[in-house]
Amino acid sequence: MSEIKTGGLRHVYSLGTPFEKVALDGIGLSIPQGQLAAIIGHTGSGKSTFIQHLNALLSPTEGQVLLGGEDINRDKYARRDVKQRVGLVFQYPEYQLFEETVYKDIAFGPTNMKLDAEEIDRRVRKAARFVGVEEELLERSPLELSGGQKRRIAIAGVIAMEPEVLILDEPTAGLDPAGCEQILSNILDYREKSGATVILVSHSMDDVARIAERIIVFDQGRLAMDGSPAEIFSRPEELVAMGLNVPKATELAMALRRRGLRLPESIFSHEQLLRALLALKEGRAC
Amino acid sequence: MLKNVTLGQYFPGDTVVHRLDPRTKLILVIVYIIALFQAAGWIGYAAVTVVTLLCMALSQIKPSTMFKGVKPMLFIIALTALLNIFYTTGTPVRPGWIVTWEGIARAFQMMLRIVLLITGTFLLTYTTSPIALTDGLERLLNPLKKLHVPVHEMTMMMSMALRFIPTLIAETDKIMSAQKARGADFETGSLISRAKALLPILVPLFVSAFKRADELAVAMESRCYHGGEGRTRMKQMHMAARDYAALVLGALFLAGMIVLKRLGL
Repeated sequence: MSEIKTGGLRHVYSLGTPFEKVALDGIGLSIPQGQLAAIIGHTGSGKSTFIQHLNALLSPTEGQVLLGGEDINRDKYARRDVKQRVGLVFQYPEYQLFEETVYKDIAFGPTNMKLDAEEIDRRVRKAARFVGVEEELLERSPLELSGGQKRRIAIAGVIAMEPEVLILDEPTAGLDPAGCEQILSNILDYREKSGATVILVSHSMDDVARIAERIIVFDQGRLAMDGSPAEIFSRPEELVAMGLNVPKATELAMALRRRGLRLPESIFSHEQLLRALLALKEGRAC
Repeated sequence: MLKNVTLGQYFPGDTVVHRLDPRTKLILVIVYIIALFQAAGWIGYAAVTVVTLLCMALSQIKPSTMFKGVKPMLFIIALTALLNIFYTTGTPVRPGWIVTWEGIARAFQMMLRIVLLITGTFLLTYTTSPIALTDGLERLLNPLKKLHVPVHEMTMMMSMALRFIPTLIAETDKIMSAQKARGADFETGSLISRAKALLPILVPLFVSAFKRADELAVAMESRCYHGGEGRTRMKQMHMAARDYAALVLGALFLAGMIVLKRLGL
């Protein structure tokens, strides 16, 4: 079991200098195994700092992070092992590619895990299939591929470690709509086949509204909201006050409500909006 | 981990020293270095120390900040002192010892000389923004353009290099975190395996640095940059009365140091 739990998590950058900055202030969260949670928040709200705590890249100033009930910072071996169990894909991960071939780059993680050659080969091919990279690309240099392909290879590099928890920081940033779509479906695929927990940091409210089961909102290093998409997006004014967007459908519904249409509160997808509008129309016709 | 690099850092302020023209400050630093090397005896060193402390007070740079700048050099300073203690001939501290009184005195003076040298040059970089500094340098080296030395291009490269140091440091930090998340290990193992472990950092760093350079070149060209020919400045440099006063004081200081040297003090 790999439930993630944080208690009183606090992180202060440059502690003890004039540049001291509190990035996280008492975050207590629990994310059960297999959940697909999205973290949203304004730039500087502490979400990137938070996810780097979940695989012990950063250690908390106060508080602790538990994975399956065990403190991941208990000693340096635990800090190392947690990186294999919690895979973290950074923002713009294509900048981390360095090997001569795509194959070797995807194999970097599994090789660091000291697996045998056969297992590495199995994992590399499986991860490549997950993200839709064809076999013939495996022997090419990663640097000569397109942006979307590079991004998917970088994600495959983390998936090849077969983590129980997969964390992605803005996986779709800067991609065209088709590229976004593909990456999101790759992630959903991985989750379905492996049962992994997925934590997604995103600015795209439409993506979040569509795929997340739970939304966690950060604001100035604190937990501002936590709930299902229906719950979160039924409070659009609060989100806007925090400098966040709401999904396009919610925005449209808000505007229509202001014009006097009686639409329900929790609309966050195009389908829901369409259904609500049709229901309204029929109601009026009767 | 790489964030505490103070080398060449600028601390904005509004003191007389900050307001001096960068050209004045550049000339004064050269004068200062020449004067420092004129110091031959204790009185000479004392004079330079007093002048340095005075400049520090005028620029309101805290001694603790200055010490942070000197800290990375401590090893070299200590080594110089050690060598001077053992390799100076004179009267031994005790009969039969290699350590001489002259050696100890010399070691002390050498340490003082290096510390003063660092302090003096740091006063320049602490009180002058990198842009002002390279602008000043370009104007000072202007006469060399007659000899077809690409002064403008050189100083432009310098200011760009300075500008991108923090960016590259942030980038290195980011790539290191990303590779650590993929299980890379930079801290343990033999020297060779640790050197090999740097590859996953260096390759992406170079790739992105080249890409950045390319983008910068395009951005500059699309804003009609075409070298130094006929280029005007937004911030014109002006030599004010305080600049001339500072230069005269600098000249007097140097003259004084030369006199002290002649007197063997």
